[in-house]
Amino acid sequence: MQITINGKKIEAKSGQTIIEVARENGVYIPSLCYHKDLVPTGNCGVCVVKIDGMGPLKRACVTPAEDGMSITTDSVELRKIRRELLSLILLAHDVKCPTCDQNGKCELQELINYMDIPEPKYEPIFKKTAIDNFSPSIVKDTNKCIHCGRCIAVCNDIQEVHALCVEGRGFESKVTTAFGESLANSPCVNCGQCTVYCPVGALKEKSQIEEVQTALFDPSKIVVVQEAPAVRAALGEEFGLDPKEVTTGKMYAALRRLGFDKIFDTNFAADLTIMEEGSELIQRVKEGGTLPLITSCSPGWVKFVETYFPEFLPNVSSCKSPQQMFGAMVKTYFAKQETIDPKDIVSVSVMPCTAKKFEAQRPEMNSSGYRDVDYVLTVREFIKMIKGAKIDFKNLPEEQADQLMGQYTGAGTIFGATGGVMEAAIRTAYALLSGKELANLDVIPVRGMSGIKEASLDIPLKDSSVVLTVNVAVAHGLGNAKKLLEDVRDGKKSYHFIEIMACPGGCVGGGGQPYGSDLADRARRGESLYKEDKNCELRTSHTNPMIKKIYAEFLGEPLSHTSHKYLHTDYKERDQLTGKQD
Amino acid sequence: MFYRTHLLFVKDDNSIDKGLQEVLRVLNEELVKYGLEKEIGVLQTGSLGYISKGVHFVVYPDNLLYTKITQEDIPLIVQEHFLKGRPVKRLCESAKRDVEFAYSERIVLKNSGKIDPESIDEYIAVDGYQALGKAFEMGREATLQEIKKSNLRGRGGAGFPTGIKMEMTANQSEKQKYIVVNADEGESGTFKDRLIMEGDPHKLLEGMVIAGFVVRADTGYIYIRGEYSLCVQRLKIAIEQAHNYGLLGKNILGSGFDFDVIIKLGAGSYVCGEETALLNSLEGGRGNPRFKPPYPGERGLWNKPTVINNVETLTNIPAIVEKGGEWFAGIGTPESCGTKVYTILGEVNNPGLIEVPMGTTLREIISKYGGGLKADKKFKAALVGGAAGMFLPERLLDIKMDFENLSKESAVLGSGAILILSEDADILRILTSILKFFLHESCGKCSACRIGYKMLVTLLDKIVSGEGKSEDIDKMVEIANVMRVTSFCALGQSSIMPIGSIIKYFKGDFKRFTGE
Repeated sequence: MQITINGKKIEAKSGQTIIEVARENGVYIPSLCYHKDLVPTGNCGVCVVKIDGMGPLKRACVTPAEDGMSITTDSVELRKIRRELLSLILLAHDVKCPTCDQNGKCELQELINYMDIPEPKYEPIFKKTAIDNFSPSIVKDTNKCIHCGRCIAVCNDIQEVHALCVEGRGFESKVTTAFGESLANSPCVNCGQCTVYCPVGALKEKSQIEEVQTALFDPSKIVVVQEAPAVRAALGEEFGLDPKEVTTGKMYAALRRLGFDKIFDTNFAADLTIMEEGSELIQRVKEGGTLPLITSCSPGWVKFVETYFPEFLPNVSSCKSPQQMFGAMVKTYFAKQETIDPKDIVSVSVMPCTAKKFEAQRPEMNSSGYRDVDYVLTVREFIKMIKGAKIDFKNLPEEQADQLMGQYTGAGTIFGATGGVMEAAIRTAYALLSGKELANLDVIPVRGMSGIKEASLDIPLKDSSVVLTVNVAVAHGLGNAKKLLEDVRDGKKSYHFIEIMACPGGCVGGGGQPYGSDLADRARRGESLYKEDKNCELRTSHTNPMIKKIYAEFLGEPLSHTSHKYLHTDYKERDQLTGKQD
Repeated sequence: MFYRTHLLFVKDDNSIDKGLQEVLRVLNEELVKYGLEKEIGVLQTGSLGYISKGVHFVVYPDNLLYTKITQEDIPLIVQEHFLKGRPVKRLCESAKRDVEFAYSERIVLKNSGKIDPESIDEYIAVDGYQALGKAFEMGREATLQEIKKSNLRGRGGAGFPTGIKMEMTANQSEKQKYIVVNADEGESGTFKDRLIMEGDPHKLLEGMVIAGFVVRADTGYIYIRGEYSLCVQRLKIAIEQAHNYGLLGKNILGSGFDFDVIIKLGAGSYVCGEETALLNSLEGGRGNPRFKPPYPGERGLWNKPTVINNVETLTNIPAIVEKGGEWFAGIGTPESCGTKVYTILGEVNNPGLIEVPMGTTLREIISKYGGGLKADKKFKAALVGGAAGMFLPERLLDIKMDFENLSKESAVLGSGAILILSEDADILRILTSILKFFLHESCGKCSACRIGYKMLVTLLDKIVSGEGKSEDIDKMVEIANVMRVTSFCALGQSSIMPIGSIIKYFKGDFKRFTGE
């Protein structure tokens, strides 16, 4: 199929929209609401183009390309229309650029600049509504909202959480939850995908920078920090480094310069999780426990299953997430080893995730008598702190994490990508069950961006002639998780073990990752983690010497009484309307 | 039973409100008192096309119209007129509009005001459901050809050829298809569909079944404005009666064709009259418009091929099938065939509902059917096509009212509402209320409509309050133009119609405020 764009003949595939063809061929059509990862809404109208013989103007984002179409994407007339339209959009937007998290990344700001609008044409006329900052994870400032509909598209179509909707009509309409409640009293699972896709900063994380900085300035506090695997996969993009490489060493160096007292690594706790969760899987298989076992690392997923699929709660692993395991060990094991009073420890995490903020505040996450994790920073907040301290991240030296809880294996690092937990678990479960290491540690079928992945693995049991066939599945993005769970519930599918991550791509695609990233960025970040894994000397959790040490010195063995006390948790059904537990 | 005289009482919301039931009770008592109950037949019918006439009825064969009747008037009318044969002149007038309305030319409103809309037998007695039988005999293809030949175009506003629309859906291979009737009449000053449904509900059902038969749909939805309680009541009765007669349900008239009709009430949103927003609402979602393509004909209700038509469009179908497409194509103008139902409002002597051939001039509609301007005032403008229509000036009075001639002036038939303004009308006040109406009814989906109407109202308020400058008028035009090309649906796209026409024909009304 051939179309003409601005006089140039271009090949197009059937089913493509005009904007897709244009972008593929390097023709820029200004747009605001369009995002290539999402079903287009056609809300903003900025991408209108002229198609010969087809009436006034058409939206490039929703109009399918048809053979023989002749399209004009730019002209004096089109520029005039776009300028006028953007002037209208601007008058209904609360312009607060200097204090806005999206300043410099805001798509509206960029477009206003690109369209060369010298100053606002109209006085702002919107009615101010209160900012919703009751959720521990997400802040929603409706005054900035430009009604692009991306947040609703990702929440409804991709995540199938359905926390967001439009209320009211016309100029009075706004994006809100059912009955206009705060996100804190809604089924929102805090995944934060809405914040990643929001073009203007109407949705962002609830910042804890100030709390963390207060702790850093407090000489009586020992501030301990952990960083999730996916953090190092995204930092490079922000600081002009090769985005295909992880930035582990520089990340440690930056944290040290920001004044953290102990720099550890969540990857260590990921290895610990594998020991506990792998053992839980073996126990359930051997003793006829509830199967499939489903992972519990992703707090967005945990709230989702509590809200929408409570019948699966017995299937969800009782293991806390790596963040919380780490936090519990900081306030107990680390405190004991270093003879520090746990009350003087401030436990901070840097996460690619907004739901981790919610998770850290779950009331039950305090088995040591102290909060496992005191403050959670997203990658975006971390970047803000680095930039705020004018740290030249690009030229930082590669440094090491601190000992005790800083060493990790390749199995820990791949937790950040979809399928990573599964792969790490397979490596260790295979070794524990067969007594031998897996010949090829790369479990390719569970890698990659396809929404639901399945694999089957034969494990020869040690001291026996029995070969156990283990069926596993991986889903990322809650819409895919829903599909998978429904198949399991309806008996169409049967597995031993399922990994579910709330965000598309896994944690590398988390809701706390830099603004404006898309699915391609997520895939690339995942690959950088697999690359780091490949380069690791140790690639299986059970071979991590520090893991061996913590079991020898503190926990005993996986699923021990101490493990259960600090590293495991339980779940409770939530109300579908309020997201609350009884 | 044979009666020497028939009394046709119009039962509509206005007459019910003004005490129709009480009047009927007293009338019955009086007739019994004088032993006239076997001579004088009392019927309840749909609208005659009059509005604000209170309790009113036509006396046949005398062809006299009693208007604004109260129960106190009844004893006198019964004694004088029905007993002694002396009409009470004070209370009645010649039902001359009845003649002028040229019943012979009526298609859609042919039975309205003549038959009891709550009786299927009366509908059948005037050849109702004949067309359906004929369609079954002719078969799907031949029926579709008749509809195509008739050149019938959609009466909802856009004027898309109905036959082609049906053909598109008929050609879809999907098994499940739907007929949807757009009865969400929300345009200000428009009530034609209400009176069609109140007056002759079976005609709509017959049209639906024929359409369903042609495209192989087994279910029809009537998405009806929630406030239209009398329509709903009468449609429900009609559906039940049609079921009892085997004209709905399984194996209709032994044809092997199954069809059912479901009524859905709208919740009062103007934009739900836009066909794709209607479909979203019908599915239980928010009434926001959808992008086209795909068109409803391919993927409509629940993504299944759907024929969605206005009430007036579908009520033309039975006559077309019965009398043939050529007959219909012979009425009106070559590009706009058949008749059009209008609601005439404003400063005319006879506001109300009329049905006239396409191509009738605006002047004729105003003078002949509207009875001319009140108190012989001078004509200023006619707002044609509803709130999203154009203000037409005196020099366009001889414009032929049809799709092609109006479009030459960038005007539209729209909903068929015609608002007549006399010399003392304040056109900007009317524009303010139009723009405020759209501001309230915009769904908020697209930027241009959501923010545009707010800004238009803000600017117009500024102008009307005397604070405005001529550049504010320019700003209004700029905004309306951007809305025309970047709004998602017609609600935003048409703000330019009233604004542009005022600028074009009545700019002085603006300048009065900006003082230039």
